[in-house]
Amino acid sequence: MTVHSTAKAFKRNAARAMQDEKLQRALMHVRTNFIAKRQSAVDRLPEFEALRESARDIKNHTLAHLDLYLERYEAKVTQAGGHVHFARTAEEARATVVDICRRLGAKTVTKGKSMIGEEIGINEALEKAGMKPVETDLGEYIIQLRGEIPSHIIAPAVHLNRDQVEADFRRAHVELDPKRDLSEPTQLLAEARQVLRERFLAADVGITGANFLIAETGTSVIVTNEGNGDLTQTLPKAHIVLASIEKVTPTLEDVCQILRVLARSATGQDMSVYTTFSTGPRRPGDPDGPGEYHVVILDNGRSAMLGTQFQDMLRCIRCGACMNHCPVYHAIGGHAYGWVYPGPMGAVLTPSLIGLGEGGNLPNASTFCGRCEAVCPMKIPLPGMMRHWREREFERHLSPATQRYGLAFWAFFAKRPWLYRPATRVAMWGLALFGRSKGTLSSLPFGAGWTTHRDFPTPQGPTFQARWHGRDKRRDLS
Amino acid sequence: MSFARDDVLRTIRRSLGVNGTEASRRAEVDDRLSRAPDGIIPKRSQVDRAERLALFMAQAETGLATVVLVPDAASVPTEAARYLRDSNLPATLRIGDDPRLAAMPWHATTIEVSKGASDGADLNALSHAFGGVAETGTLAMVSGSDNPTTLNFLPDNHLVVVASGDLSGNLEELLQKLRARYGKEKMPRTLNLITGPSRSADIEQTLILGAHGPRKLHIIVVEG
Repeated sequence: MTVHSTAKAFKRNAARAMQDEKLQRALMHVRTNFIAKRQSAVDRLPEFEALRESARDIKNHTLAHLDLYLERYEAKVTQAGGHVHFARTAEEARATVVDICRRLGAKTVTKGKSMIGEEIGINEALEKAGMKPVETDLGEYIIQLRGEIPSHIIAPAVHLNRDQVEADFRRAHVELDPKRDLSEPTQLLAEARQVLRERFLAADVGITGANFLIAETGTSVIVTNEGNGDLTQTLPKAHIVLASIEKVTPTLEDVCQILRVLARSATGQDMSVYTTFSTGPRRPGDPDGPGEYHVVILDNGRSAMLGTQFQDMLRCIRCGACMNHCPVYHAIGGHAYGWVYPGPMGAVLTPSLIGLGEGGNLPNASTFCGRCEAVCPMKIPLPGMMRHWREREFERHLSPATQRYGLAFWAFFAKRPWLYRPATRVAMWGLALFGRSKGTLSSLPFGAGWTTHRDFPTPQGPTFQARWHGRDKRRDLS
Repeated sequence: MSFARDDVLRTIRRSLGVNGTEASRRAEVDDRLSRAPDGIIPKRSQVDRAERLALFMAQAETGLATVVLVPDAASVPTEAARYLRDSNLPATLRIGDDPRLAAMPWHATTIEVSKGASDGADLNALSHAFGGVAETGTLAMVSGSDNPTTLNFLPDNHLVVVASGDLSGNLEELLQKLRARYGKEKMPRTLNLITGPSRSADIEQTLILGAHGPRKLHIIVVEG
């Protein structure tokens, strides 16, 4: 098993999130900033659409040859003096990392941002082994102080407001002057920089994620803006890279293609501030750099997605554009999804990785508006895949009984047009009769989910089918 | 965990319906790795030398770096001294063993130059870039004793020298030059592509410079 999931309680989580005034205030920033920045970056590059297709094709080719590219990548890392460790499960990945850290006698372990680290729950494992993991990405550092998981894959603390971060820093940094001014975001950043600088210099092992693993050269690539990933991997005795199998990319040129869509889709930058290519450990004559270089490659259910209708999901480059543009994410934030990956990409990936029984609610968290697919730099058909999950959920009798009986009841009539037409006529007549005084209904049998929040308008005029029928007749006459 | 390795590869092959020995699949992979085909190259990055310099400088400024053009390598120390003075910074610089930097007339300035990797105590550092990318205003820094990687991240203020002749239109061209230097299928230990000073927008999506890396990035482009 991986980190604990509350995805089963999605409906309750979502309802609570809608009532959370602080969360709703913080989510405003997602709606306004991310969308505008991405659009402006895309507008500045006429080749953006062509690059999306190119990026998609590269990943499709890679996934079709994944076994061979992984073999090549492994051979190249070894040639450069690094070590590759495959892990079938989160447990194996955790054990590998803990073993390396133990062997090196590590006390503190700094961490760059890694979603695989979240997926396998590496911090908890290190703590259990008596080591101190320190998140160094500002957003990750904040949520580590709060004991939370990220609510967004590239902006982990996007659910928080400045005053909440100030309170956390005052609580955590007790050695600093309690009367200090922290009213500006710049002051919060300066304090985090000062506190974390000491941690960087004291760390024994540094763990980062990877945006790409390059088969041609045995290189891992990270993309950041803060520079924390670089300090994490350069200063300690060992650098451990956490990645999953689908991060492999054939050549340097292929990485160039995907880089052009990655930062634009994520933060609206043409290029992130730091794109770092790492190949093996410190070399003879190097005055700095890690003495050991390890890559842990996690499967955790991904290999089983190949060859299925969910293979396309493995093209995902974790840019976050789908959640930035999702009306459901805008309304409830990331924590309501209940596991590591929120938003549309999480709604598709989570059931694949932790099972439909746990994550089955998530593919239903979509209005099918299609914006996620429209902005996805890798052209992943997210709504289509959510639909596949909904079908499977229904087939396996995992959906709630009311929904199943309701659908069966409706299907009974829908399959019998001679019964359906008079039944809808009667139902419409009934609704119109009950609501005739106001023109709206404030409660409906089985319809509380709608009527608690807004009135239901009463039907006006004849049924759709009757009107359509009338339209044909009029056409025949003309 | 070689069991794990074989198991993962076996599951991948089972899912893909292959056994891993198919000659046609292997040939396709070998072909892509040896040819390393270019994909879509944005038009704006396919420019001649003069345009390349102008584009690089403009894009670096968009990335919030400051950029200055000097006529020759001998002018670098004076420019570095001016920058430190105008920014109210002490006249100190940490540099690596790069012979191009060693050949510059540092004695003509009052800058106190110290050498080697950084332990975190240096306020200012100066490095020589391997090259730059005009398309995005990006610097390419290569690890080693010539230009230690720590200088790119630990000091508050990072000055970087880049020769205008080492600028490429796009990242693909730059990586070709890197292949020519290090050999095919080989890379330096660390290649840092740097576009502007360090920043974060993790608090209320407000962009702030100077997260963990340098607060300021000053680029000195040497003409010629």
